[in-house]
Amino acid sequence: MLLLDRHGPKEDVWERAETLCQAETNFVLTPFGAIAESPLVQTDLRLAALLEPNRALDEVTPFFDRLDMIVVHFPSAADGRGFSTARQLRQAGFKGILRAFGPLISDQFPQALACGFDEVEIIGAAAARQPVEHWMEALKRISFLYQRDYGAQDSIPEQRLARAAHV
Amino acid sequence: MAAAKRPELPAILIANDLREGEVVFATLEGWTRDPRRALVVQDERAAEALQVFGAKEFLRAKVVDPQLVAIESAEGAPRPRHYREALRALGPSVRPDLGKQADFQI
Amino acid sequence: MYLYDEFDERLVRERVAQFASQVERRLSGALTEDEFRPLRLKNGLYLQLHSYMLRIAIPYGALNARQLRRLAHIADVHDRGYGHFTTRTNLQFHWAKLKDVPSVLGLLADVGMHCIQTSGNCIRNVTADPFAGVAFDEIEDPRPVAELIRQWSSLHPEFEWLARKFKIAVSGAAQDRTVMKSHDLGVRIVRDAASGAIGYRILVGGGLGRSPMEAQVLRDFLPREDLLAFLEAALRVYNLAGRRDNKWKARIKFLVLDIGVEVFRARVEEEFARIDKTKANANPAEEARIASFFASPPYESLPEISRSLEQAVARDEELARFVGNNLTRHKRKGYAALTISLKAIGGIAGDISSGQMRAVADLAELYSFDEARVTYAQNLVLPHVRLDDVPLIFARLKEQGLATANVGLITDIISCPGLDYCALATARSIPIAQALSQKFADPARQKDIGELSIKISGCVNACGHHHVGAIGILGLEKKGAESYQITLGGEAGDDYALGELLGPGLPAEKVPEAVERLVAVYLARREAGENFIETTRRLGLAPFKTAFKEIADAVA
Repeated sequence: MLLLDRHGPKEDVWERAETLCQAETNFVLTPFGAIAESPLVQTDLRLAALLEPNRALDEVTPFFDRLDMIVVHFPSAADGRGFSTARQLRQAGFKGILRAFGPLISDQFPQALACGFDEVEIIGAAAARQPVEHWMEALKRISFLYQRDYGAQDSIPEQRLARAAHV
Repeated sequence: MAAAKRPELPAILIANDLREGEVVFATLEGWTRDPRRALVVQDERAAEALQVFGAKEFLRAKVVDPQLVAIESAEGAPRPRHYREALRALGPSVRPDLGKQADFQI
Repeated sequence: MYLYDEFDERLVRERVAQFASQVERRLSGALTEDEFRPLRLKNGLYLQLHSYMLRIAIPYGALNARQLRRLAHIADVHDRGYGHFTTRTNLQFHWAKLKDVPSVLGLLADVGMHCIQTSGNCIRNVTADPFAGVAFDEIEDPRPVAELIRQWSSLHPEFEWLARKFKIAVSGAAQDRTVMKSHDLGVRIVRDAASGAIGYRILVGGGLGRSPMEAQVLRDFLPREDLLAFLEAALRVYNLAGRRDNKWKARIKFLVLDIGVEVFRARVEEEFARIDKTKANANPAEEARIASFFASPPYESLPEISRSLEQAVARDEELARFVGNNLTRHKRKGYAALTISLKAIGGIAGDISSGQMRAVADLAELYSFDEARVTYAQNLVLPHVRLDDVPLIFARLKEQGLATANVGLITDIISCPGLDYCALATARSIPIAQALSQKFADPARQKDIGELSIKISGCVNACGHHHVGAIGILGLEKKGAESYQITLGGEAGDDYALGELLGPGLPAEKVPEAVERLVAVYLARREAGENFIETTRRLGLAPFKTAFKEIADAVA
């Protein structure tokens, strides 16, 4: 397993549980369904939901306040639904941590960040074959994008405007 | 890797070289570009050994798309029975000046 | 023509370095073939039957002389001295080596070219009317918006891993010349009848392949400023809901079919409403910057008719045929758009040698304001030539074997590379096209038959557009041999229609005879002034089926 954000590898503090009752720590990552079905109780439990890529946005938005993190599952590297899911969650106002989870490849790391993810969790053989350097190098490969409003960097159109204003 | 359906015999093993993309043929000493030097297997055991070799070479990032293909006969330059594999082994029929057919005057 | 600024150039150069790293990681084993394949495809690199094939993007088919010369150089140094223009207006080199591809991409970047997204499950190279900017029936030049879409869709972080490929075409003319209704998404420039404002009609869900479908209207009139936000919404709905379990049902056309265009439209509009338009749409200043590259070239004021051309035509029968078939009316008096047919009799459709590329580069530079275009019919266009210069251009083309006067005629055949090159093909296409071309070679006979489109694909993926050929030919495998199905009545333009199957598949050697029978039915039954497709529409399939059956029965 490999967990990375834009600064590098990090420790995973989240405990995985199938239901909320099974949790032993205060940081619980559980399938979204388990949270959606459990009654709202005031606890000091920090909650994270694992979201399958086919879950409709409308089902998730009512739970934004209860969730510290949403983990979007990528069933395979080629299945890019999660990028749009992240975009929708951010657009709908989710301010917590967004994590991409699955057998991603390092070239997708900048794409994940640009779509609103904070971190990626790579599992299985894909993590073993791609050392941390590959992920960090991937972030440096493409300096600027054409798309406005994807990621922290100013987009190419914005930089063009800024430059034109200077001339 | 799941065992692919075994073609009829005799057969040869065709693949594409990962680095170059060129069609290559398995021999006892590795791979060759020359279809005339392709190892022709006549029995099941040899065919299986060749298939295992192809699968290993794929995993070692040496070749792509290794396939055991049935050939017409063991005489001369081996010619795959199926028209698709025959084209793959020889080159484009509309450009006889290109591909194996030209390189090796087959 | 659009020219890269430092940002475009930087992105393309960084992309080259990125691909070099991907190749390195593949060779080291850090990436498996399954992981690497989509990455190389998104850089236009396929593994074909004999070799890798590199597909170079020619956005909306626009090329200049410098680019053509660079392509010629690549053909000579890194390939086998020729290239192949495709029905998506791209150029393919059939003999690429993986280890050389990063340096070839570098050579392309030097001249403002790339292979980005010419394959793979992403937004593909955007195509447009080959007569953009010069067509007499144009509402507005589609190239600025095509260039805007090219930039917006390049390396889009959200849409690089779609369920399937996604093709966009743009047209700004009264007549569609892009096969728009075969595209996943079509952008048609229209003028709003009430306000007179220019905007876009958006079509969705067209496609050829195994299950051909005609695109439907998604939005009748989209204000021009909302284009990118609307595209983002449509792509997001598709990315989330397109089928991932079956690649044969993953194109957007199946989603539109499954849920119906009304539901699809509602979902897109809902997503569109959520998008912050001020952030998603293009900035007007950026749109203006792009548009400035497509200003009209400095045309001369010329008389409508060229006396020198008229005199030359009167002296030279071949030139007369060329002028009759290969010139298209231009918006400016005294000019024409000149189509260079890449369909020499018995040749390979769309193939062009490095020498021919250089010759076209010279002609474009000397006579067409340094512009050439690629058409989906696998021909080239010099978009603005003076009528006075046509005899000279014709003579130069003739020296290069490029003066075939058959544009739109029965020998102007569209053909995919088929099994001679393509790993996906089930049968060869090129030899069929060659046999038909030779059979109908006689210019007088071609003239008599008139406008007739034959389109040939070597597998159900339909790169040769067979569904929309007046006569469509599909190569399949039947009992271990190549077999060809023939369809009739397809049309690519505004009267879009899918051809209907005439009967069982035929062996290759029977195809020319069968086509000849179909043509004979037309010649016998046509009314004055009626072309082939009009006759098939009036008569229906029956008489053609009867003629076809005689051939099919003889085979059986």
